[in-house]
Amino acid sequence: MRRNHFITVALSLMTMAFLYLPLIGVAVFSVNSARRGLVWKGFTLDWYYKLFENEWILEAAWNTLVLALVSTVIATILGTILAIGMDRFPWGKRTNGFLDIILHIPVVIPDIILAAALVVAFGLLRMVSSLFEPGLVNMIIGHITFQLAFVALVVRSRLVAIGREVEEAARDLFASNWYLLRKVMLPLLMPGIIAGGMLAFTLSLDDFVISFFTAGPESQTLPLFIFAAVRRGVTPQIHALSTLVMLITVVLVVLTERFTRSKEKE
Amino acid sequence: MSNPLLSWYGELTTRNRLLKRGSLLLMPGMLWLILFLVLPGFVLVVVSFATRGAYGQLEWTFTVENYQRLAGFSLFGWTSDYLLILWRSVVVAFVTTLVSVVLSYPLCFFIAGRSERSRYMWLTLVIIPFWTNMVIRAYAWFLILAPEMPIAKLAAFLGFIPAGSPLYPNAFAVYLGMVSMFLPFVTLPLYASVERIDWALVEAAQDLYASPIRVFTQAVLPQTMPGLSVGIILTFVPAMGMFVVPDLLGGAKYMLVGNLIQQQFGSSRDWPFGAAISMGLMVLTMIGLHIYRRKGKEIEYV
Repeated sequence: MRRNHFITVALSLMTMAFLYLPLIGVAVFSVNSARRGLVWKGFTLDWYYKLFENEWILEAAWNTLVLALVSTVIATILGTILAIGMDRFPWGKRTNGFLDIILHIPVVIPDIILAAALVVAFGLLRMVSSLFEPGLVNMIIGHITFQLAFVALVVRSRLVAIGREVEEAARDLFASNWYLLRKVMLPLLMPGIIAGGMLAFTLSLDDFVISFFTAGPESQTLPLFIFAAVRRGVTPQIHALSTLVMLITVVLVVLTERFTRSKEKE
Repeated sequence: MSNPLLSWYGELTTRNRLLKRGSLLLMPGMLWLILFLVLPGFVLVVVSFATRGAYGQLEWTFTVENYQRLAGFSLFGWTSDYLLILWRSVVVAFVTTLVSVVLSYPLCFFIAGRSERSRYMWLTLVIIPFWTNMVIRAYAWFLILAPEMPIAKLAAFLGFIPAGSPLYPNAFAVYLGMVSMFLPFVTLPLYASVERIDWALVEAAQDLYASPIRVFTQAVLPQTMPGLSVGIILTFVPAMGMFVVPDLLGGAKYMLVGNLIQQQFGSSRDWPFGAAISMGLMVLTMIGLHIYRRKGKEIEYV
C-alpha cells in the first residue's frame, strides 16, 4: 500500500463528489414534500406511491423490462454460439480478421450512427413487412445487435482463458460433440456466459439512443419517459422515478461485482 | 486439395468437416450482425446520396447535394453553420476526454493506494455512475444547476447570468454534463493499468532527481498506456456522437452533431441529409481513432 499525497486525496474526493452530487441531489428532492420548486418542505414518500398509480409509468417500466429481458436472452444465446464458433475452429487469418472487425463495429462507432442506420433500414423493410413498424420489436432487434457483440467478446475471452486441455481430455475419452458441449464446455463457460448476459442486460437498461430512434408511440421505456418529462419541466415524481432506477442500477452493479469477484477467487 | 485426416484437440476428423461444423456455429450470430448491422450501414451510405421528397419520403435520384449542404453550400451561398457544429463536436469530445484523463489519474492513484477491501468499495462507487442511465444523470445536472441551487446563485452573484435564471442551457453546462458522463469511462480502464504499475521504476526516477513531470511522462505514462488508450477510445468516440447531454443542457445554443442527426430523423424528417451527417461523423471518428493510434504508438516507444 502506498501513501498518497494529500493533493491526490483531495482531488479524488472532489471528483467523486462531482460524480455523486447530482445523483444525491435527485434522491434528496425525491422525498421532499414541496410540489414545486426546490425548497425543502419536509419528508414524504408520496411521490413514490404516486408512481405506482401512474399507468404510463407502469407501462413504461414493463416495456423496459420486457425489452431488456428478451434482448438479453437472445443476444446471450447468439453471442455464446458465435464465440464458440470463432474460437474453437481452425479459421484462416483472413476469416478471423473479418469476424473480428464485424464484432468490433458496435463497440467503436458512436451509437447514434447505428441508430440512424437502423431507422433507415427499418424504414425500407417496412415496405416488405409491417413487423418493422416503429415499436418494441424494432427496439429489441436494435438492442440485440449491440449486445450480441459485447456478449461474444466476453465469452470469447473466457474461452481463451479456460484453454482446451479439458476438452481434449474429454475427446480422448470418446465424448461425442453433443456430450462435450453439454457436460464440459457449457459448465466451464457458465461464468463467462453469465457475465456476458449481465453486461448485455445493463447495456440494455443503460441505452437511450437506440431506443429513442426505434421506439413507437406504444413502446415508451423509462429512459424515454424521463427524457420526455424533463422537457416539460422537473417534477418530484420524476425525481422519485429516477431515484428508483438508480437504486435498481446500484443493486445490479453490486450483484455483478459480487459474482465476478467470487468467480475470480475460485 | 485432398482431405487428409487430422487430429484437432483429440478429435480425429477432416478439415472440411471441422470447418463445416464451425460455420454452422458462426451462422446465426453472423447472419444477425450482417442483416442488422452491416447491411443497414450500407443502406445508410446509399441513402446519403438520395433525395428528400416534398413530404419527407425518399426519392432515389442520385445526388451529392446532402454532402454539399453539410459543407455549407446552399442556394443562398456558403454558411459555416454545419461545419461549425461538426468542429464544435470534435472540440467538445477532445476537451471532455482531456479533462476526464486529468481527473482520472489522481483518482486512480488514490484508489490504488487504499487497502484491498476499501479499494473494491471505491471501484464500485465509480462503476455505479458508469452504469446509471445517461438520461437520469443529465437530468440530475438539470436539478443541480437550477436557479434555486447554490451554484446558479453564485454565478448570478458574480454576474455571469441574470439573477433567478438557471445555469443551463449553455456551453458550461454541456461540459459539466459531458465530463461527469464520461469520467468513469476513463477511470475504470486506467485503473486496471495503474493497479499494475511497478512503483520501483517510479522511485528509481525520483531517486535520480527527475522532475515530477518527467517522472510522470517517463515512468508512469508508459506503464499506464494500455489502460489509458482504452479509456480515451471509450470516451472520445461516444462523446463525438453524444446527443442526450447537449440536447438537455445545451439546447439550441450549443448544438452538437448528435443533435443535428437526431433533428433530421425526427422533426425535419430529412433522412438523406441525416445519413450524410452520420457519414461525416463516421469519418471524423475514424480520423480521430487513426491520429490517436499513430500518436499512441509513438508514445509507447519513448
